[in-house]
Amino acid sequence: MYAFSYHKPATAQEAADLMASADEGAYLAGGMTLVPTLKQRLAAPSDVIDLTGIHGLRGIRTLDGKVKVGATTRHAEVAANEHIPVLADLAGRIGDPHVRNCGTLGGSVANSDPAADYPAAVVALDATVHTNKRAIAGDEFFKGLFETALEDGEIVTAVDFRAPSAAAYAKFPNPASRYAVVGVLVARYGDQVRVGVTGAGPCAFRAANIEAALAADFRPGAVDDVGIDYGDFNADLHASAEYRGHLVRVLAKRAVAQIGSADSG
Amino acid sequence: MEISLNVNGTAHSLEVPANTLLSDILRERLRLTGTHVGCDTSQCGACVVHVNGDAVKSCTVLAGQANGASVTTIEGIGTPDDLHPMQTAFRDNHALQCGFCTPGMIMSAIELVEKNDGLTEQAVRDGLEGNLCRCTGYHNIVKAVLAAARQM
Repeated sequence: MYAFSYHKPATAQEAADLMASADEGAYLAGGMTLVPTLKQRLAAPSDVIDLTGIHGLRGIRTLDGKVKVGATTRHAEVAANEHIPVLADLAGRIGDPHVRNCGTLGGSVANSDPAADYPAAVVALDATVHTNKRAIAGDEFFKGLFETALEDGEIVTAVDFRAPSAAAYAKFPNPASRYAVVGVLVARYGDQVRVGVTGAGPCAFRAANIEAALAADFRPGAVDDVGIDYGDFNADLHASAEYRGHLVRVLAKRAVAQIGSADSG
Repeated sequence: MEISLNVNGTAHSLEVPANTLLSDILRERLRLTGTHVGCDTSQCGACVVHVNGDAVKSCTVLAGQANGASVTTIEGIGTPDDLHPMQTAFRDNHALQCGFCTPGMIMSAIELVEKNDGLTEQAVRDGLEGNLCRCTGYHNIVKAVLAAARQM
């Protein structure tokens, strides 16, 4: 690691001020991505600003059918919270137990890793991302590979998720890292269906054509004939773009099947 | 930077560069070399210690993040004459071969047992996902954790 100064401010304002005055600042929200990046000397911030000391950013609250998860809430805490079972299930399958004891929701969504799990929930569960400046619709938050709607220095403070009537998250994990090669979250809100996809494209997105097919006929087979345009999908040594396209359909079917068996059971 | 931390019940105040890792503080400053560094890339789990009761990979924790914390390492859970039940179970079940992964395995396993009732074999295997054993010793490790769970 290159040398840096470490700060642990007590308020979001103080953190933003530190960022504004730093030559090159980096927010730290758990460190499960940033610390390995620093160790590999892939980043050389002058100042590391730890957000976990900010009061009021950690914890889970329910309000009017929504669940508000504070940005520095750890994955293990979300996994143990039963307000939205699909969110708990998703959080409980991030990385490994040690990652879940440190990594945070805010860190994950602000990073917009194409293979992270939480972004699928942000787009599928009709989320609102709250920052120290404004509220951003979940559908508008992810802009590209490691790119979000956040402005320089803007801090995620919490994410609201809307509780679905039924939902399931199907994931094809990389067996070494447990990142999602592809992950698909299918959520029903009455007759409405929202489908969030992570791992496949440059960032998480909603699969509008799968949503339309499932809104008309909520059975796994309804996804069979949906065309998946994998043109801009990720391709790496783990999976080709075409294979990721195949996984989107397969995982969407698995999620629907899981919801269906829960409905009838 | 100046940090203070409590390790295995003993308070320490240390002056360290901000880019120091908790694993390096434990091994090089406090000479607690039972915490191993295997991959140094947050994958293998040999460096797992408890920070404020949670199992974490100490090679992925900055000094500042550990400031003020209460840390338990493999040296803090038992003595040669009075082993922790998890250590006894590892010995009884031949749950180690070379022993390099063992400190991290044991610290992960203790958290797993302390935080979960009625562990199944599958739950133990899932719970040890963040710990790699390259002697392929998982079978006996799982047996040991299940045995210890009955004792703890």
